[in-house]
Amino acid sequence: MKADRPPAGPLAWLDHLGRGVIAALDELGRFFYIMSSSVLWSFRRPFDGAELMRQMVRVGWDSIPVVFLTCLFTGMVLALQTYRGFERFHAEGFVGSVVALSLTRELAPVLTGLMVAGRVGSAMAAELGTMRVTEQIDALYAMATEPIHYLVVPRVNASILMLPVLTVIGDAVGIIGGWLIAVGLFDANSYLYVDRTFQFLEVNDVTSGLIKAAFFGLILSVTGCAKGFYTAGGAEGVGRATTSAVVTACLYILLSDFFLTKVLF
Amino acid sequence: MPAAASTPHAAPAGPMISVIGLFKSFGAKQVLNGVDLAVGRGESLVLVGGSGAGKSVFIKHLIGLIQPDEGHVVVDGVDLTLAPPETVLALRKRFGMSFQEGALFDSKTVFDNIAFPILRHRTRDRRQVAARVRECLELVRMPGIEDKMPSELSGGMRRRVGFARAIALEPEILLFDEPTTGLDPINTAAIGNVINQLRTELGVTAVTITHDMSLARKIADRIAMLRRGRILSIDTPEQFQRSDNWFVRAFLDGEVPEEDRP
Repeated sequence: MKADRPPAGPLAWLDHLGRGVIAALDELGRFFYIMSSSVLWSFRRPFDGAELMRQMVRVGWDSIPVVFLTCLFTGMVLALQTYRGFERFHAEGFVGSVVALSLTRELAPVLTGLMVAGRVGSAMAAELGTMRVTEQIDALYAMATEPIHYLVVPRVNASILMLPVLTVIGDAVGIIGGWLIAVGLFDANSYLYVDRTFQFLEVNDVTSGLIKAAFFGLILSVTGCAKGFYTAGGAEGVGRATTSAVVTACLYILLSDFFLTKVLF
Repeated sequence: MPAAASTPHAAPAGPMISVIGLFKSFGAKQVLNGVDLAVGRGESLVLVGGSGAGKSVFIKHLIGLIQPDEGHVVVDGVDLTLAPPETVLALRKRFGMSFQEGALFDSKTVFDNIAFPILRHRTRDRRQVAARVRECLELVRMPGIEDKMPSELSGGMRRRVGFARAIALEPEILLFDEPTTGLDPINTAAIGNVINQLRTELGVTAVTITHDMSLARKIADRIAMLRRGRILSIDTPEQFQRSDNWFVRAFLDGEVPEEDRP
């Protein structure tokens, strides 16, 4: 009991710091445990193709509207901003290139990752959290089924597979959005705009974006599943896990984005 | 049926489950404080005790859902605390466990719930699965509800569907975690009948935890009393009823025990 009583006095901050560090390491440990065990269990029988398909529909197909709108308007606003800016030094002709490069290399994968983290990562945390507090996860163990194998593996694999697909859609929709604004609003030459769009775009720009997207899929699903899997404290705990899953996943995505960009480009 | 245990903690011949010196704490709270217990083959042992006595924590140790801080759980000669994960996973197929609120998968129908362990471990043949699901539902006297969702069922019905799922793989050991909590007396009696019927028809070893004495009397070969993380007494239902242990008497009479009594 003694250990649980926070010490008073000038050294209280040390106690706070220690607890914070332990909690952070705990969290990181859970994240890596869920990630590594979901990789290991991916290769073990039985392979649940039906569950994987169900999750791919939930992560991929059901997220298309939100990714479509996000990337369409991002492409549009990019064109709007760069056109206004580039006008000042007569470089309007490069708007297409800027829109295409920014979207494929950076904005489409990151925005898709963030939107799907909000939509799907939170749902994963809520679902697994509810299963934890209503003993459904214990019931899986009791039926000689490893919950990581049955619950986490299909969610993680579906996210890794579907995020690049969503990003391709985002790339295309965003570029079309930029074209709509440039041609529709600023009367740019459509032929020139399209030509400039692809003139400086390399295969590597697209593929590195897709690799990032797959990585974000891994991060958001592992975060959502880990938060749900270790939920404690009833309905309130599920609420906390859900919120925390979104915030943490978004943070991890933005942090890892920097390092991935450094490595990939 | 084993003879009355004149000396508590004595193991019946060839026990199915032996629990030896089990200790478990969560943070600063000591929940199990050296539990010793043996359950014979085909025996029905009921563990009673007040709320917070450590009953649920204890039963989860029997199937390896919780690892003890100290002590051993030996099931049919295999020590769950030392066995590799694969062995524990295989051993769990010989168990059926029913959870407090049923713990049914709420996104699946009754059929899919009961079919889950069968599809996972037995067969994927649709006709065989459907036949086994029907059989299990008939055993718990709930035929014809395959298409219902768990949310459409009453508390008592959910428990019984939980039983049906627990027996789907024809287990040798059944664990019941508070099977009647929150149910009315009629449903409680019905659950007791179902448990007895499952025992006679399947010949399983059963461990039930409850604080419902009417259920305990109905289904137990022996009743063990858990208090402050230790086994206080193990008796036949008749002996338990006549027990002169002050705490057992207080429990039976529904009195508030004076915690500072010897």
